[in-house]
Amino acid sequence: MKKFWITFNRVIKTGFINFFRNLSLALPAIAVMTVTLFISLFLFIANVTFSNTINQINNKINITIYLADSITNRQLTNFEQQLKGLTNVKSVDYVSKDEALAIYKSENAGNQNLLNAVDETGNPLPASLNISPYDINKIQDIKNFINQKQYKSFQDAQLGTSYSGDRKQAIDRIAKATTVMREAGVVGIVIFALVSALIIFNTLRMAIFNRKDEITIMRLLGAKPWYIRGPFVVEACIYGFISALVSIGVIKIMFSIFSSSLEASSLGLLDIGYATKYFNNNFWLLVGIQLLLGLSLGALFSIIATARYLKLRTSK
Amino acid sequence: MILLDRVSKIYNRKSTAIERINLHIEPKEFVIVVGQSGAGKTTLLRLLTREEKPTSGKIVVGGIDYDKLKDKDIPLLRRKIGVVFQDFKLLPNRTVFENVAFALEIVGIGNKEIQNTVPRVLEIVNLKNKAGNMPYELSGGERQRVAIARAIVRQPKILIADEPTGNLDPKYAWDVIKVLEKINRYGTTVLLTTHNQEIVNKLKRRVVVIENGKIISDRSNASYRL
Repeated sequence: MKKFWITFNRVIKTGFINFFRNLSLALPAIAVMTVTLFISLFLFIANVTFSNTINQINNKINITIYLADSITNRQLTNFEQQLKGLTNVKSVDYVSKDEALAIYKSENAGNQNLLNAVDETGNPLPASLNISPYDINKIQDIKNFINQKQYKSFQDAQLGTSYSGDRKQAIDRIAKATTVMREAGVVGIVIFALVSALIIFNTLRMAIFNRKDEITIMRLLGAKPWYIRGPFVVEACIYGFISALVSIGVIKIMFSIFSSSLEASSLGLLDIGYATKYFNNNFWLLVGIQLLLGLSLGALFSIIATARYLKLRTSK
Repeated sequence: MILLDRVSKIYNRKSTAIERINLHIEPKEFVIVVGQSGAGKTTLLRLLTREEKPTSGKIVVGGIDYDKLKDKDIPLLRRKIGVVFQDFKLLPNRTVFENVAFALEIVGIGNKEIQNTVPRVLEIVNLKNKAGNMPYELSGGERQRVAIARAIVRQPKILIADEPTGNLDPKYAWDVIKVLEKINRYGTTVLLTTHNQEIVNKLKRRVVVIENGKIISDRSNASYRL
């Protein structure tokens, strides 16, 4: 046990010593890792912000079912329950005839003619159910449900639902566009992650390749594979650690500059205000994720990259 | 101490490095293996350090039967054999002291013992005053003596020296040989390969001659003839 700790300490210590002795090999590796972690974090925040924007758009999309005046309370409660039972329905809000009238009046407060007309005819506005869907791509399911025979009589014969005609087309287009953009974001991040993983791996491999003689010597002196590999892993973890801190530091600085000069503005679909808020609220979580990413990338890649030099025998 | 029984190493049909070699070396012997380049000397040593497996035959070194040796135990075997190479194989970015200490570090020996042992061994190879130097600051002969110090610091029963003087000027070469003799006097079995005729003749030790992968002569107190 004592021997284990002596060896463990030596591996860690050697890793640190090697790091400082091989700074010229370390710098390119750190640079590549820093850029990668920086872009990953940037893309991640951009994606979160973008999702938020899309969600805001989606939340504004709902379907209104205009109800027939003849619907009874029991029928209404039943209908509402059925709707709430659908998988794509987030919420159902009932707006009564009186409420509809009040809303109408407040929306047209300046137009005395209209108000008079409404009062004269009694209340012509129908009661309605506002349905918020989870997925705006699947509104048609809800529509199909509503269109069933037994529910047809509950609805206002002329108005029906708001999900029809031009409005239906617009909703469908937005739904399609947001889905495509979301998927493109994910695909982009995955491709970038793969490419940068390859680059980091190769940089580390070059750094280790430069010292393959050293590994051979250790092997011939009877060092066990993990005694040889350990310091390389420690070294690569130091790279990852530094890269993670530098990348998040740079982003922190960028945000503090942006948020003061571009306060609450947005670049196209990217809401800088939201991004800043998200970054600041989750700062320590993001630091943790970056560190974890940097350390595990360093460890994993150095283990793989040293493997080929650690074979005990050269031939059979 | 070292036993080779009908050992062959065949790389492929056209190239046979070693053919049915029988060799028995007693403890504390000093044996010189001579032969021209390509005769099979290096292959013989690589078989002993288990860098290669024989195609057929039995090898036993220091009581370890290589047929029963598992891959994961190879590091343990290598720790029992000291090896000195023609090209020194020192770790370039470590000092003389650290290079020698490294051999002890990998076996998990404590720092105190390392501080005690390394200077003693450096004294044996006459390099006590160079402990803090880097390898590139030393002459070839000095580097080779560092390598010897590293090989003997774990007090192995066997020291294998593969053409240790091959890269050295004659005046440095003899320093290295004298160190090997000293180590042999302390009780370590030494296996030396060389093709330096002068060294062989001066040493007057057991000489094994290899040609085309076969032992063609094995005599004690011999001189070098080809």
